[in-house]
Amino acid sequence: MNKFIDPILVLVLLLNFVVLGASRMRTLIQAVALQGILLGILIALAHGSLMVWVALMALVTILLKGVVIPRMLFDAIRDVVIRREVEPLVGFIASLFLGAVGTGLALLFSQTLPIARSDMGSLIVPAALSTVLTGFLMLTTRTKAITQVVGYLILENGVFIFGMLLMEAIPFLVELGVLLDLFVAIFVMGIIIHKISREFSSVSTRMLSELKE
Amino acid sequence: MAWLLFLVPLLFAAVTLVVPSNRWRPWLVPIGGLTHLGLTAVALIGEPVSALGGWLVLDPLSTLVLGFVSLMFWICSLYAPAYLALRPDRSNRVFCACLMGMLGMMSLVILSHHLGLMWVAIEATTLTSAPLLFFNHNSRSLEATWKYLLIGSVGIALALLGTFFLAYSSIREGLEPTLLLDDLVHLAPRLSAPWLHAAFVLLLVGYGTKMGLAPMHTWKPDAYGEAPGLVGALLATGVTSCAFLAILRFFQICHNAPEAAFAREILIFMGLLSMAVAAVFVIRQRDFKRMLAYSSVEHMGILVLGIGIGGLATFGALLHMITNGLTKGVLFLSAGNIHRAYERKNTDEVSGAIRRLPISGPLFLAGFLMVTGSPPGGPFISEFTILIGTIHAGKYWIAGLFLSLLAIVFIGMGATVLRVVQGTPSAKALATPYRDRPQLVIPIILFFVLALSLGVMIPSPLETQLHQAVAYLEGGHP
Repeated sequence: MNKFIDPILVLVLLLNFVVLGASRMRTLIQAVALQGILLGILIALAHGSLMVWVALMALVTILLKGVVIPRMLFDAIRDVVIRREVEPLVGFIASLFLGAVGTGLALLFSQTLPIARSDMGSLIVPAALSTVLTGFLMLTTRTKAITQVVGYLILENGVFIFGMLLMEAIPFLVELGVLLDLFVAIFVMGIIIHKISREFSSVSTRMLSELKE
Repeated sequence: MAWLLFLVPLLFAAVTLVVPSNRWRPWLVPIGGLTHLGLTAVALIGEPVSALGGWLVLDPLSTLVLGFVSLMFWICSLYAPAYLALRPDRSNRVFCACLMGMLGMMSLVILSHHLGLMWVAIEATTLTSAPLLFFNHNSRSLEATWKYLLIGSVGIALALLGTFFLAYSSIREGLEPTLLLDDLVHLAPRLSAPWLHAAFVLLLVGYGTKMGLAPMHTWKPDAYGEAPGLVGALLATGVTSCAFLAILRFFQICHNAPEAAFAREILIFMGLLSMAVAAVFVIRQRDFKRMLAYSSVEHMGILVLGIGIGGLATFGALLHMITNGLTKGVLFLSAGNIHRAYERKNTDEVSGAIRRLPISGPLFLAGFLMVTGSPPGGPFISEFTILIGTIHAGKYWIAGLFLSLLAIVFIGMGATVLRVVQGTPSAKALATPYRDRPQLVIPIILFFVLALSLGVMIPSPLETQLHQAVAYLEGGHP
């Protein structure tokens, strides 16, 4: 394990808090973009040796999570007037508090997990769990379609961090497939956000409440 | 061969994108479906299919699912040209391409023996079906598509975490990390138990979301309610069968580990919960397409319940996947025709379907009777087999609960269906231009005949295949 991995994971965790406390869409998307770039760097570090496919994988991750997907999200909100998440179901301070509790629990919980000896003491497992929790928190407490997509991205980032533990088990082809699926998912979600904003003149998912029992 | 099974539909998808004529393009879908059915037939009778160093394999279980999905898709595809001809105002380029893309991705899910690749393919089926749901381009279908996409993607992300946990359970024990199904089944007894537990729960939640098990079923009534009948039929049979196959793959690994009892208990619980939730929501359901969605939740519950009980019930569950799928084809397509004819789907405004639609109306009623387990329909045989299996296993209270939930759903659905088919159609409904025509009812009749004949007699090749699939699933090492 490289000695730079844990400091970068700490940065990733801090970005989770930025996301939980931010109300401006721009800040949200920039934070997720930065998190994506850090994940790309992590891939290169986690492997130690810079083989061609590792470098390629890191590059694809940085490009996709750090540049292309944030660009698509910016495009999706460009035509929409709303720039802020103003009506979260749980306030920003409360979200930050919940995020802190979640991270604390993730750190404690990881101590009790049966982790392989080589991975002991690393922040990978707690960082992954805490990021997944942050994603869930965003998905359930925010009402704008775009913030929910950001929540989904953070959740996916959390899963991705856990994937660092099994670089050998997951072939390059499959990792590329996972990233491709993510790209297409965000692409389709972007189109739908655009349609929602045209149909309802708002990107709030509160408008999406016609279908119920 | 393995490559052709998923690349040929993708090729058809690419061709539909470049064909300029909105009128002739839909005919590529049944041609593509027939080609796929032909390839499947060759794969089934020919030599064992295996490619890419064990990544793509047709085992007895996937053979069964592939045959079913391919047949299902072909019959549904016969319906597509006539249906799209009813909507000449709308470009069907993306719709046709996504239909073929979905077939390709479903084939890839079925063939995958690499669990990572399988995940990629299942997520791709979600993405190809999103534009299909949005075909009506109105605010309601927009809402349904958004919920489907977001809930589905989040569920699938959890399944990826579960897949990673599974891989980690081998690293934890110092074994060579792998995500190949055959290796994992061999290694199962030596995998780290806590990680395997966590992995199974996450995978069941993740792929269960895709399958529509309660309580992760919330996207289903919206999606099936707003989707064209054709898309509903494909989602309710093809995509859910693929998600079911994914759950079976992980069950197979757990079954060879000391965790088998744990996996079975949780499957039985999820199955009964899904049936109970469906029973609650199906009562007084006014929207007949949403009613079908709850029926689908119920039957997905029956499938995992059967697997949880095991033995004879496993045989019943695999048979039920087919009989329920065929019956769902009857129901979704005939409901689609009724929806077209009345331009409404609320029972306050829809009545007298038997008079308004002399073929689709009675078929809808017959489909309801079969899907709720009335003899001599196919689902009767499969549900009965699951019941006998439950009693044989000595789980009497589960058998009792199973029967009572079936009875509640029968009464609940019956009230809605009878309102739709009985009575006299309103003047407004008689004035709409839709009439039953051969192309729109022949696929339904095909589904009906197949579902009914399985209730009368199970052909011996199918029975052999079912027995082999059960043996493969429960028999341990492949």
